[in-house]
Amino acid sequence: MVYFAKWKVVLVLAICALGLLLAAPNLLSRKQADALPSWLPHQQISLGLDLQGGSHLLLEVEVETVLRERLESLVDSVRIALRKARIRYSGLGVDGNAVVVTVKEVSRAEEAFQLVRSLDSDTTPELADGGRLRLAFSEQSIRDRAIAAVEQSIEIVRRRIDETGVREPTIQRQGDDRILVQLPGVDDPERIKRLLGKTAKMAFHLLDPGTTPEQAMTGRVPAGSRLLPAADELGPGGRPRMYLVRKKVMVSGENLINASPGVDQRSNQPVVNFRFNAVGGKRFGDVTKSNVGRPFAIVLDGKVISAPVIREPILRGEGQISGYFTLQSAQDLALLLRAGALPAPLTILEERSVGPGLGADSIAAGKLASIIGLILVVVFMVVVYGRFGAMADVALLANMILIAAALSVLQATLTLPGIAGIVLTIGMAVDANVLVFERIREEVRIGRTPISAIDAGYKRAITTIIDANVTTLIAALLLYQFGSGPVRGFAVTLSIGIACSMFTAIMLTRLLVVTWLRRFRPQTLPI
Amino acid sequence: MRGLHLIPADADLQFISRRMIFFVFSGFLVLASVGLFGAKGMSYGIDFKGGIMIDIRTDGPADIAAMRGTLSGLGLGEVSLQEFGAPDDVLIRLQKQEGGEKAQAAAVDKVKAALGQGVEYRRTEFVGPKVSDELFWDGVMAVTFAIAAILVYIWFRFEWQFGLGAVVALVHDVFTTIGLFALLGMEFNLSTVAAILTIAGYSINDTVVVYDRVRENLRKFKTMPMEKLLNNSVNETLSRTVVTSITTLLALLALYFLGGEVIRGFSFAMIWGVVIGTYSSICLAVPLLLYLNVGQRGGGKAQEAATEQAP
Repeated sequence: MVYFAKWKVVLVLAICALGLLLAAPNLLSRKQADALPSWLPHQQISLGLDLQGGSHLLLEVEVETVLRERLESLVDSVRIALRKARIRYSGLGVDGNAVVVTVKEVSRAEEAFQLVRSLDSDTTPELADGGRLRLAFSEQSIRDRAIAAVEQSIEIVRRRIDETGVREPTIQRQGDDRILVQLPGVDDPERIKRLLGKTAKMAFHLLDPGTTPEQAMTGRVPAGSRLLPAADELGPGGRPRMYLVRKKVMVSGENLINASPGVDQRSNQPVVNFRFNAVGGKRFGDVTKSNVGRPFAIVLDGKVISAPVIREPILRGEGQISGYFTLQSAQDLALLLRAGALPAPLTILEERSVGPGLGADSIAAGKLASIIGLILVVVFMVVVYGRFGAMADVALLANMILIAAALSVLQATLTLPGIAGIVLTIGMAVDANVLVFERIREEVRIGRTPISAIDAGYKRAITTIIDANVTTLIAALLLYQFGSGPVRGFAVTLSIGIACSMFTAIMLTRLLVVTWLRRFRPQTLPI
Repeated sequence: MRGLHLIPADADLQFISRRMIFFVFSGFLVLASVGLFGAKGMSYGIDFKGGIMIDIRTDGPADIAAMRGTLSGLGLGEVSLQEFGAPDDVLIRLQKQEGGEKAQAAAVDKVKAALGQGVEYRRTEFVGPKVSDELFWDGVMAVTFAIAAILVYIWFRFEWQFGLGAVVALVHDVFTTIGLFALLGMEFNLSTVAAILTIAGYSINDTVVVYDRVRENLRKFKTMPMEKLLNNSVNETLSRTVVTSITTLLALLALYFLGGEVIRGFSFAMIWGVVIGTYSSICLAVPLLLYLNVGQRGGGKAQEAATEQAP
């Protein structure tokens, strides 16, 4: 154990030098590090949101609404198809994953079956006795749609967040139906939360002129229409004004290609300007041409934003929404329309936001605690083990550098608990050396010569060191597996710290001790 | 330059013969912890209970009473406010809101609207019911699996008796840490679970070091009475135990006093864990071996090990 092969010496020193090189960029400012030539290491430790300030949002895609909407639209299609064919039916509705209907004239059941089976190719239609029809969505198609909805939601969330100008957001899928959003530098995510809280499904509908909303509110809503509240406009009694809107969509928001906030020349009110694609523009032109003088409604997420009267055909595919906007809400609406609609609503399950002030304070406190902790341990080791303690201290410093290097290269995120893990490592990293030194002391006590005492000390302590560290590693790995967010950062630094400390304690300190031993050939050990 | 010997080389402190004192003491601690856990319960943080936590900084010392009045009037259930490290720092906690996931975000909006723009929002966290349930069970699983994994490792590396002794000590440490949190009403959150797992790692680390020595001595001294052998093993490793505990405590004390308010609870748990972990390794894990028929003296594994050593 006291003999060190040349290549081993070189290897140990090379690892330390490499560590130093990889850790060095952390001493530079971000700008300086980015400006380094690409062949030099320039990765810095990335700070967690709790240290640099930022917002962590966990969103859930309400995938069940995707299925519900499909079922509802299938109910509509079945109704229309059966009515068109003048087939009388009863009990049309949703039952679990299926749409059910009973055909009254059993003789026409087969005809009805042929009609509805082609409505949605994802359903498996069944015809039972008594004219009962059942159109069930297969598990596979429900799952596929849910996956697609989550994927599409991620895309839309990304577009919306990019539009707000947040730098380097992380948007990733978590589990089956969740989206993790991390927004560095955003400490008050209210606007983003508001933007993500809207599905932003927009559509243009004609109003139903036959019945007034007041009549409809007493319970007589015509079959092809429905009552919708206004988004901001108040009606009598301080409650939102109600509109009776045709269910049929004139043009949907999917046909929009651009939207931007603006100010109306005449009224000086904030407005949103939009432009349709070719298909949308054509359809919008056709509908407005044949409905001049009638009101239509611009509906967003089931609320009427505004209901202007069509003054003239709009043929250029461009238009303007003037609702009850503030500058901010006009901007937000334009942004939502540009980014597109979410396939399903999102719910925020968890938020953790840290302001830049607290983050900076945490970094400062963590640095101070690390430095003071390091000094205390370094001094204590010298007091207890003298020269050997100093050698252990060198290894401890090398350990810190290696941890910094490993964190930089792995691009692991350093969090506040992560700093705690480093401080804890400072205390525990010397354990391996303590084990060895105590063993050497014992061997000296039973009368061994320095060389054989050191040899025996290392040999005997090594199994203990490995056993002791592996058990801590087990705990750290489980913490990583089951932990979340910042706590994971703790598991990362603790694991890296333990791995580095085994190397520095077993290899580096031993190299120092052996070199010193060869050089001075002491008769007694100062330990 | 010669080092300082904290523990004299010929130390012969009597640990094993006093084992009954330790057993009774630890038994009391564990029972008291279980009792406190049952009777008083834990003060779970929002990680496990769900709810809202907002940390604000005001211009000048905060008028907590006035703020409490404002926030209590919002109808958001129980609101608790406390000074957090400094007079101008206030930690606001709201219980989990009725009405599922969406209600939490809505309540945050209400609080922010009520407090207005004049304050700095240092931290805003809310955890809905779904996530808090998951985090709770993840925490329980992490601790359970860690203990099981450590048991398996020790069993694999030593003999089953050692594994059992180590795990008894480990469970003791975990229980008493939970008991201490219940007693002091300290917030039990995700970082407390991290602390408990680290305590588990540290405690087992300590136990392994002493057990290693026991195993070595079992091979060396075949006829020595078990009680004396165990006591010697503890004394021989006592210096290392004390030095490592001190270096770890030094680092943790620095963290506790200088590391900031956010991780004070974590550092506190760790400090307790180092103390209790060191105690349990020496005073529980080792004496327990007396009752576990370790080494099957006069045959079995110790014999095999000895013959292995021979050449």
